Order: sequence, then C-alpha cells, then structure tokens
Amino acid sequence: MTQVKDKKEQIQDPHCVAPNLREDHDKGLELLKYLVLGVIFGIVFVKAEIISWFRIQEMFRLQSFHMYGVIGSAVVTGIISIQLIKRLNIRTIHGEEIIIPDKVFRKGQIIGGFIFGLGWAITGACPGPLFAQIGSGYTVVLVTLISALAGTWVYGRFSDKLPN
Amino acid sequence: MEQLIEWIKQPWPWYVAGPMIGLTVPALLILGNKTFGISSSLRHICAACVPAGIPFFSYNWRKEIWNLLFVLGVGIGGFIATFFLANPDTIVISEATQADLASLGITDFTHLLPSDIFTWEAVFTAKGLLFFVLGGFMVGFGTRYAGGCTSGHAIMGISSLQWPSLVATIFFMVGGFLMTHVLMEPLMKLVGF
Repeated sequence: MTQVKDKKEQIQDPHCVAPNLREDHDKGLELLKYLVLGVIFGIVFVKAEIISWFRIQEMFRLQSFHMYGVIGSAVVTGIISIQLIKRLNIRTIHGEEIIIPDKVFRKGQIIGGFIFGLGWAITGACPGPLFAQIGSGYTVVLVTLISALAGTWVYGRFSDKLPN
Repeated sequence: MEQLIEWIKQPWPWYVAGPMIGLTVPALLILGNKTFGISSSLRHICAACVPAGIPFFSYNWRKEIWNLLFVLGVGIGGFIATFFLANPDTIVISEATQADLASLGITDFTHLLPSDIFTWEAVFTAKGLLFFVLGGFMVGFGTRYAGGCTSGHAIMGISSLQWPSLVATIFFMVGGFLMTHVLMEPLMKLVGF
C-alpha cells in the first residue's frame, strides 16, 4: 500500500520528469543494463556530432537541418513506440504494467524553459551532451557541469519562492 | 568487418541517430518502467551530495541510481566514440554558420567544440565566466525549473503527447534563438572576442 502511495506521490511531483516507476527495485548487476544503454546513447551523441557546439549554433541559426532531423526523427520514433506499447499492452520484462506519468502544466515550463534555452545556446549542450563532452576529453566542461549542478541546487533551494 | 568499422567511423546521419535516440524511450520503459530524462541526474547528484535539508532534495535518491548509471554510461560512450571510433576527417560545419561565427571572433572550425572557447586557460577569464559558469548555471537552473530538458520534455514528453512538454520545448527554442541572434554578439564582445 505504501508503495502504491509513494508511486502516486512521485507521479504528482511536478519537478521530476524521469520518475522510477518500477515496483520492484533494480538490484546489483541488473542496474548494468542502464549503464549499457547510456554507453550506446553516448556513442550516438558523439558520432552524430550532437555534442558539437557548432551543430547547436547551426540549429539556432537555421543553417542546417541536421539537429532538426535528429530531434524530429527521435520524437517520431518515440511516438510510434509509445503508441505500440499502449495499443499492444506491452509490459516490462518483469511483467509490470508500463506507466507513463502525465505532465502537469506549470509556469516553470515557460520561465525555466526560456532560461534553459539561453544557456543551451551559450554552452552548446543540454545536460546529456555535457556528460558526453567530458567523456570525449573536453575536461573543461566539468566546470559547466558543476555550474549546472549549482543551478539545480539553487533552484531546489528557492523552488517554493518562485512562481509556478 | 573492417568496412563496418570504417562506416561507423564516419559521422552518422540524422536518420540513423534520431531513431536510435527515440528508441531509448521504449527501451527504458520496457527494461524497467523508467521514464527517459537526463537533467534529473543533476537533481539526484545534488540530493546525494548536498541535500542541506532542502525538501526538494529530500527523497530516496538511491532508488534513482539507474539514472546516474545512465549518465555515467553517456560519458563512457563519449570516451569510446572519441578515442576508438573517431571520424578521421574534420567536422564539416555549414559555410553560413562559419561566416557568422567568424564575424563574432571564432577562428577554429576543426573540432567538435571551438578551441577559441573550450580550454582550461579560459576558465578564470570573462570568457569562462560566460560560457561555462553562467551558461552551465542557466542549463541547470532552467531545466529543473522547467522540469526537464531536451530528453525529458522534447523527446519523452512530446513522444507521450504531453502538451506541457511541447510548451517547454517551444520556450527552449525561444531562449536559444534570442541568445543566438540578439544577446550573443554583445556578450561575446563584452568577454573580449
């Protein structure tokens, strides 16, 4: 019962878009699958040059289709996948029902989204590529990552005082 | 096999990369009922390292270790791709972008990131303050305030047809366009370009 309640609370937590809705806990070696998935993801980020500051500049200057193609085809693939999961009632490999939490509209999506956009154009990276840039040997991006952690912390500290 | 490796070493086109990224969504759902989102990892790191009694960071972050492993994997993947599967040729950047950036003071177009900005020497200068400290802060603050980044909102959110995610994505782009077309030139002049 408490687990179900926890889960509902988590779904309603407006700040967490990536909740863990597995009932059973992932233990030990089982967690490695997420590492492997991350490795594949990181390779794609570098090989498709998504981690490039220049590709982000091309995108915002509307001078290349590349990034729009990447994001667009990722979304189309995602939409088709989720529709298939829903219509075919596909379950997780552990037999659990797949839960996709609804996102609640808040002012933060506008204000925060806008602030992130400003930062995205300067750093040339959203959070995913930050990690891949560091792995690629651009160690100075660690400074950007620490600043991003500071930004996250400051948001958390003052979240109840900001319009939402 | 050699041909395959040669092919992998070339830059991957969008129609290969995009669907692979999109498939992360069902992969995470099917492997463990996980919702795709990367900026959440920043919150979990704060919760693990400096919770400081703040309610926003007071939760069981250990349950979210999967997310931290995922981003660790992204870093390792970046390492593998760069040091073992690197493209032998230099990156091809659109002529128009090169011309625009050259007028802003960027001179090196041969790497994924411009060496005019991304060096350790720049860290303690005005350049570093703008591109790393201020930029990074806005990425961390903004994504958490928005409740997600490109992965959580633009890809996962829109894939599951959530209109608040579409709103967030539109404002990511508005911020990016404003920075690129209006603020970047004066800011770069200010930091010495």
